[in-house]
Formats: sequence, structure tokens, C-alpha cells
Amino acid sequence: MESEGCALGYAAGDYDVIVIGAGHAGCEAGLAAARMGVRTLILTMNLDAVALMPCNPAIGGPAKGHLVREIDALGGEMGVNCDKSFVQIRMLNTGKGPAVRALRAQADKKKYQIEMRATVETQDNLEIKQATVEAILVEGYRVRGVVTTTGAMFRARAVVVTTGTYLRGRIIIGDLVFDGGPNGQFPSVGLAKCLRELGFRLERFNTGTPPRIHGGSVDFSRLEVQPGDDKLFMFSFLSEPRRIEQMPCWLTYTNTRTHEIIRENLHRAPLFSGLIEGTGPRYCPSIEDKILRFAEKAQHQVFLEPEGRKTCEIYVQGMSTSLPEDVQLEMLRSMKGLEKVQMMRPGYAIEYDCLVASQLKLTLETKEIAGLYTAGQLNGTSGYEEAAAQGLIAGVNAVLGLKGEEPLILKRFEAYVGVLIDDIVTKGVNEPYRMLTSRAEYRLLLRHDNADLRLTEIGAKVGLVSDDRLKRFKERQRGIEDALEEINSRAVGPGESKLQEMLSEVGTAELKGGARVADILRRPEVRIQDLIDIGVVSDMKADVSEEVEIILKYSGYIEKQKQQVERFERLEGKTIPADISFRNVSGLSSEAKQKLEEIRPQSIGQAARISGVSPADIAVLLVELEKKRRRGC
Amino acid sequence: MKEDTIAAISTSLGEAGIGIVRVSGPEAIKIVNNVVRLKSGHPVGEAVNFSLSLGTLIDASTGEDIDEVLVGVMRAPKTYTREDVVEINCHGGLVPVRRCLEVLLQNGARLAEPGEFTRRAFLNGRIDLAQAEAVVGVIRARSETGARAALWQLRGLLSGEIRKIRRQLTELIAFLEADVDFPEDDFERLSKEEIENRIDLCRKEVRKLVAGAEKGRLLREGVSTVIVGKPNVGKSSILNALLGEERAIVTEVAGTTRDAVSEIISIGGVLLRIVDTAGIRETSDIIERLGVEKATELIQDADLVLFVLDVSTAISEEDRKVRDLIQGKKGIMVANKADLDHHRIGVTEVEEFASGWPVLWVSALTAEGIGALEEELGRLVLAETELQESVVIINIRHKLALEESLKRLEDASGSVVAGMPVDCSLVDIRAAWEELGEIIGENISEEILDNIFAQFCIGK
Repeated sequence: MESEGCALGYAAGDYDVIVIGAGHAGCEAGLAAARMGVRTLILTMNLDAVALMPCNPAIGGPAKGHLVREIDALGGEMGVNCDKSFVQIRMLNTGKGPAVRALRAQADKKKYQIEMRATVETQDNLEIKQATVEAILVEGYRVRGVVTTTGAMFRARAVVVTTGTYLRGRIIIGDLVFDGGPNGQFPSVGLAKCLRELGFRLERFNTGTPPRIHGGSVDFSRLEVQPGDDKLFMFSFLSEPRRIEQMPCWLTYTNTRTHEIIRENLHRAPLFSGLIEGTGPRYCPSIEDKILRFAEKAQHQVFLEPEGRKTCEIYVQGMSTSLPEDVQLEMLRSMKGLEKVQMMRPGYAIEYDCLVASQLKLTLETKEIAGLYTAGQLNGTSGYEEAAAQGLIAGVNAVLGLKGEEPLILKRFEAYVGVLIDDIVTKGVNEPYRMLTSRAEYRLLLRHDNADLRLTEIGAKVGLVSDDRLKRFKERQRGIEDALEEINSRAVGPGESKLQEMLSEVGTAELKGGARVADILRRPEVRIQDLIDIGVVSDMKADVSEEVEIILKYSGYIEKQKQQVERFERLEGKTIPADISFRNVSGLSSEAKQKLEEIRPQSIGQAARISGVSPADIAVLLVELEKKRRRGC
Repeated sequence: MKEDTIAAISTSLGEAGIGIVRVSGPEAIKIVNNVVRLKSGHPVGEAVNFSLSLGTLIDASTGEDIDEVLVGVMRAPKTYTREDVVEINCHGGLVPVRRCLEVLLQNGARLAEPGEFTRRAFLNGRIDLAQAEAVVGVIRARSETGARAALWQLRGLLSGEIRKIRRQLTELIAFLEADVDFPEDDFERLSKEEIENRIDLCRKEVRKLVAGAEKGRLLREGVSTVIVGKPNVGKSSILNALLGEERAIVTEVAGTTRDAVSEIISIGGVLLRIVDTAGIRETSDIIERLGVEKATELIQDADLVLFVLDVSTAISEEDRKVRDLIQGKKGIMVANKADLDHHRIGVTEVEEFASGWPVLWVSALTAEGIGALEEELGRLVLAETELQESVVIINIRHKLALEESLKRLEDASGSVVAGMPVDCSLVDIRAAWEELGEIIGENISEEILDNIFAQFCIGK
């Protein structure tokens, strides 16, 4: 496959890995590759837009916070960077179970960018340059490098494309339509054309963002305040809790007047006038969509979130819209506390090209072109965290591929990252994909508290976790094991008066005979700290006791999930050879043949998750594999 | 990787008399030992290889004796699947065979998938490569038969009931998932009591289905159906056509079928116990006469009657007598020999004679109309089961799924009551939901997300 029509330029340098784009995916990909010791280059269209957060200032929340912790455990940067730049942090879902508790931070957007850029600039083996990639060079189904609009040709053995929402980006505000990337950036047009010429199937997605307002024009005295947590948790295993003065968020609501304004102007809404062609995310609807679809709701929440410490700009969460600018201002001013508000930037919808992700392997390498990887919103996902997670995996696999080593493919029961990639590649997406805890069928195993326990050693194996960190991790691991051992083996009796007192105090029955400490801890009323306080359990570090408590308290459910995993693994362990021709397997249904050819699953388990592939098809595939095996020997 | 142990009925369900249940896998001997007490007093594991031992099949949970059985133990690797294989020969017809399979499944065996024994034989090297295509053929054929049977079944009440319960569960899951995934969004949250109530509601419904599966007379014994008609109208031929094989003796001489022949067929997923009666007419032959008396008795006890009329001859006094016998019963008028050129009886005449019963024109000889007859039988059977107020679940796979679903709902309910957090309860609620989905072939996780986005105004 030759990249015809993509012009060659002057020789500008040779690299092992080139990353196109320096957003959340690009930064992780570039850092991972460089940290694994190969010569890496990041190309960005705008050096001032490194790690740009063009939408909300928040990082984390359920499932997304899990992703950040996983990125951190694997040696990625997002968690560390967020810990450096947050202005508020909260633990969400504290009243719910261990699987869905999650950290959510409000970042200082500019600081986030500055910190990330500094990290990238000072990383060994890593260069970053401002350039717009016009073409990807391919020779004989293998990627060879890239060419920029200024005529520079960079050679590379692997290329990671992380172009976000920039490909043929189109901004829509009311009836105003213009080519553009997010938040005042330029779109990337040449590269979209090149990807099509290389034979990739692209589709059109859209997403939107709300207007931003000036904090000085808001009457905060009339709004509900939402402060950060007193007790601080960090995203990264490496960060110590940082005592800072947190910035609050504020809550206001739309009202009947706001809804009236929107209804009166619906004819000017591009979402309904047909101006927007792409598919938008259902979990991120515009305000006009919400009002139309949920007409019975008298009000909708609107959160005011600070964009940073050194700016008065405020993000109006809940008011994502592509209505005309004058309507946006009118609806903002209809809300409590915003009567005199000044709008600093209007909301907009953005349409962009993204890749049909079934064209990827689970490594995020494209099936057709060796050495070419893609990550982030280009793959049809949404969100900073989803992008960063893919960037990290793509960067790691680009290097492992160059070294001829086993790729890093996380399983669905190992990490949200694994669920995410398997979902987009195997099941396909028909709207921008957002990570949700409900997508993870083994979510009780994929907790944010054990992300390090699940993934640190994997990160160390690929070379992204330092020895020092690994040592600290092992200490924590040992602490947990020791505490579990102690609690599981120790028995107590009714003679322990302090214990009896504590039990009745927390509202549970006193002991009548001997009992194992582990069983006492399993009572919903009893917390591990209660047992530590009365000396029944030895003292331990807070992160250890949290872990031990979860493991013991929810052991029954964790066990159930492990059994599910065992069943899942039966099929997952059976790999399908890459050269198999599904079309020629007799006995497969024609629908199965077509789907299997499109997705080319790497294991029987993955094949079974494809819609249209029946249990009988799987049985037929198993027979085919055995046939192949016997012919092979 | 270690395989699990599978079990299945390996003789055709329609056959009366003996039935063999086959178990294969590493745990085969251990599982059979839990459900069979050998006469010799030795554990099954000590039985001589490739010999038959007499024993009693027991329901370990109740201690009840089910049937006398012969057990054959065949140890790996010299077996069909190259795994340990145990075959249990049950006699006494269909019911013990099914019970045998059920207790095996309750004791840790998994119901074999279509063609799985053959597949294992192949995968374990027992069948050579040249036969691989045949293996694929078996898998395809078995799963297609299975799919057809399932389709029949799904036309009935069962799928409607399950769909209803599943819809309730989908809604509950959507509520709970929306709550955990969108903690800051503004929508109604369910109280602990409401969650409890909703689970209990589904639990009750599933329990009803399970109870129907366990206790339903129709499930255990099949719908008793009797074929009546004057001699030589083709009763036995109709039975054979329904069975799809030569079973009852068919001759041209009137009155050959002396004894009532009982056969079992599965229609619409429901078992029909079909009895062919001796031709009913006044007779001097004492044996023939006994047959007629028996028939009269059988008609009284039957759930359904197939009244066969020979349309190549005129309606006779004998036909009218038969019709008198079946007054007040439910059934179908089968107008047989419709293939012969000259019907002696016209359509309207038959309709009139049928007095309200559905009439189906068939030819047992050419099998024309037999499919339609089966369909009509299926429809009647389902109507019958509705009257019985118990949904009939004949497929063991479905019954198992229902039982597992019930168990998971009970666990879920327990965890909610105990104050466990919602993500824990969801492990069981989702498992229950998936089990129900298995039965009706709907398991798309997107369904829950669709429900969330349709119900709640979510997102920023």
C-alpha cells in the first residue's frame, strides 16, 4: 500500500516513534515511548495547546477516575499531572460500594497544560515540535514516517496518531459554520484525506461544549456552594496529599423562562435544523436536547466550575449548546445568580472524523498497516481520561512492537483500560464512547483502590515503573498480606470486654462464643478502624487498612466475580491465529463470517462477544482451530 | 486448561422404554457417585471399567429414589470423548430420564451444548481430521433443531413472562447503574425499600415460573392426547406421521391395533403423550372389545383428542358414535386421506360434523398437512397450559437458567436487606438478568445503557 498523493519533503530526522498530536493521548503515548528508551518525537499543530482541556475542567469521576488510577499504576502521567494542578478534589459515591467510589478533581486548566508541557519537554529521549502533519508515509503495509505541511519528512519505525477532534473539524454555533478544531484551534484537513487514501474507514461524530462566563459577573451569594473534600485523596500512588486552598464550584438551575427561550429558538438549533450530521453522545446532551426530550422536567442543574486560579473564566456545566450566540446569552441571563452575566466564549458543537475502531487490533495498532497506531478521540471515544489511557497503551505497544516483544493487552477483568479497548474494537461504537462503571462486568475487581495492586507490576515489566516505586508498592502489598493473614487467623471470644462494648456501640450483637476477627469485620456495622482502635487488630497505614477492609468485607461478592472471570477465561485463553480465513471456515453462518472477517478477533472469547456470532459458530471455530493445530504438526 | 463435566440425554426423547444419560469430563465419576447408589454397596468409582452395575438413582437433596438404573463406567482415555464417561441407563420412559439429567446437573455437571460430545471427541483426538466436517455438521444440525424447538417454545407464555420480568429487571438495573455512574445528576433515586420491593416482585414471578417447571403435571407427564376414530381411518398412520417414524403397526386390515400404544412427542416445547386407540366399533371379538372399552376410558382421562375421519368414505354411523364418545372434550378433527382424488365428504359437511372443533385436512400417506396439524396441536397445548395456570417449561436448559436466576435474585435480596452497597447487589441482579436473557436469547448490555439514557436526563 503506497500513500499516493501524499507529497514527500526534505529529510528532517529519524525517530523510533512519532506521535501525532499532543493532547491527552499524545502526551501519554510520547512519554511512555520515551520512558521505554526509544527516540520519540511528538508533533503538535500548536505548542501552546499541549494537554489542552477544551471542554470541562474536571478529571475523574466514576470509571474515569478509575482510568486515571490505572494510567498512574502503569506509569502514565495523567494522575501525577492532575495532582499537581487540581483546585478542588472530591471522592464521589462514598455512600455506595467499593467498586464505584471514585475521585474527581477540578483542574486548573492552564496549570495542567503548563505542568504537562514541562514534563514532556524535560523527558529524556523525547522531542516535541510544532508542525502539522499532512501525510503518513507507508511502504508495503508498513509505516515509514510522516510529512508536515512545511515539507519536513520525519522517518519513524512506528507512528501513533492522536488527532482528537481535529480531523476535518467543523464548528457550529447557530447558523454559523466554519472549519475549526476545538476551542479556537485549527482543524487538520490533509491528514484526514491521507487516512482515507490509506484505505481507512472514517465516520463522523459530534460533541459539544457550553459557554464560559466571567466570574466577576456572577452573583454567588444567591447560589449553592459545592466545596471540595476536607480529607484529601490523590490520584497518583506517588503523590502525597497536598494541602491547598480549594476552589468551590457553584450550583444554579435552569427554569421555565430558560426553557421558553430555548423552545422559542429551536428553529435556530443546528441539532434540529439538520446542520449537524454527526452522531453525538447521549450522556452529554445539549441543553436544547434535554429540554426537548425531557419536557416534563421543570429545571436542570447547572454547575459553575472555575477554569483556573489565575482566570475569572467559569465553565457552565450542563449548558452544552450550539444555539446562536445571542440565544446563549439570553438563556444564561435567565438563571438565578447569572442575571447580569458576561459571556466570555459561546458554546459550540464540533463535528469531526474518527476512525471505525474495528480496524484496530487490541494493541491499538491498525490491522492493515504495521507500526501505525491510533489512540484517543480519533478512535471514537470521548473524554480526557479515555484518551490518555489509550495513548499510554498505544505508546507502550508501539515500542514493544519495535522490540519484537509481547504486546500489552489488558483483559476485561484486569483493567478498565482493557474493557475500553475491547469494547471499541470488538463491539464497535455508534456514539462517542464514554467509560462507565456499568460497562465493566467485573467491576468489583476493578476498583480504584486496587488499581496499583492490579497494574503496577505490569507497568514495571514494560519499564514504566521506577525501582523505587516498585519497592514502595511491594511494601504496601506486604502490609496488606500481613494484615489479611492476621485478621483471618485471629479468633476472639466473649471475654474481650472492649470488643463487646464496641460491638453494642455500633449497633450489632455481642459475641456469645468464639469468633474469627475476619467474620466480625464482615458485619456491615463494624469498621476496621473500630477494631484497630480497641487493639483487636494491629495498627496499620490508612491505605492498607482501606484495602484490607474492602477485601474482607466484600469477599463473597469478589469471589463471585472471580468465578465469572474463570468461566470467561476458558474461552479467552484460546487464541485464534492471525492468518485464519474466517470466510473459508465451513459451517459458520454467513453473518458470523462477515463479522469475524471485519473484526478479526484474537481469541475465542473475543469472538464470542461479537454480535451475530452464535454459540454454534463458536463451536465450529473451536473445531477449526483444532483442525489447524493438527495440520500444523 | 481443564474442561468441565457435561451431561445430556443421549437417546432420542420420543422413544419410550429405555433412556441413556451420558456424562463426560473429569468429574463424571464423582458426580454420578453423588446420585447413584450401587446395589453392590461400592462407590461408583470402584465399578469395573466397561461393565454395567445395577443401582438406584437418587435425588440427593430429598433422598428420594427416582429409578432403578444400570451404570456403565468408562475411564479415560479409551472412551468416545477420551474423558471419563459414565452412562446411566434409565428405564420407565421419559420422566426418569429427565429427572436423571436434572439431578446430575444439580450435582455439578453442565448441560452439554449441541454436538458437544462429538466436539470433545474431536478436540481430544478421538476423531480424525477427515471426519471434522462431519463434526461441524453435527454441531450445526443439533443447534438448528435446538433453535427450532426454542422458537416453538418462545411462542408460548414462557417468553412473554420472562420478557416481562426481564423488563422490570432492566429498569431496576438502569436505575441503580445510573445512580452509580452519574452520582451528581439530578434524577430520582430509589430508596432501599423500593429496591427491595422491586427485587422481590421479580423474585416472586421467577419463583412462579420455577414452580410451574417443577410441579406442572403437564411437564412431568406430558399432555395426554388420544387418537380416536373408527377402524382403518388412519389413526396409526397419523401417529406415525407425527412421530416421523414407523412405530405403531399399520395394516390395511381393520382393527390391527389391539392395544393402546403410547408415544411421546414434543410439540411447541410441550410433551404430548399420544395414545392410539383400537378402532372403535361394535364388535364381537372379545380382544377388540376390550380395546374399545379401554379407548372409552382413555378418552375420559385425556387432555386432548384427535378425532380422525376418513374423508374418502361417507360419514358413517360409527363415526357418529365416536363423536358421541368425545362430547365435551377438547380436540382437533383430522380429515385424513385428503390426498385421494374423490372426497366423499365435502368441506362444509366435515365442518358441520366437527361441531366447533378445528378441522385440519391431512394426508398421513403423503405427510401433507401434518405440519399444520402440529402447529394446531401446539396452539391447543399452549391454550391448555394457560388453563392450567402454569407456564410449561420443558427445556432443562431453561429450567436451570430460571433456577439460577431465582437463586441470584434471592442473593440480591439478601444483600440489600443486609445493607450491602448497591454495586455488590448488582453482581447478583445482573446475573439474574443475564440468565433470563439466555432463555429468550437477548443479552445485550447496551440494553441497560439505552434504558438509562431513555429514562434519565443525564449528562453535562
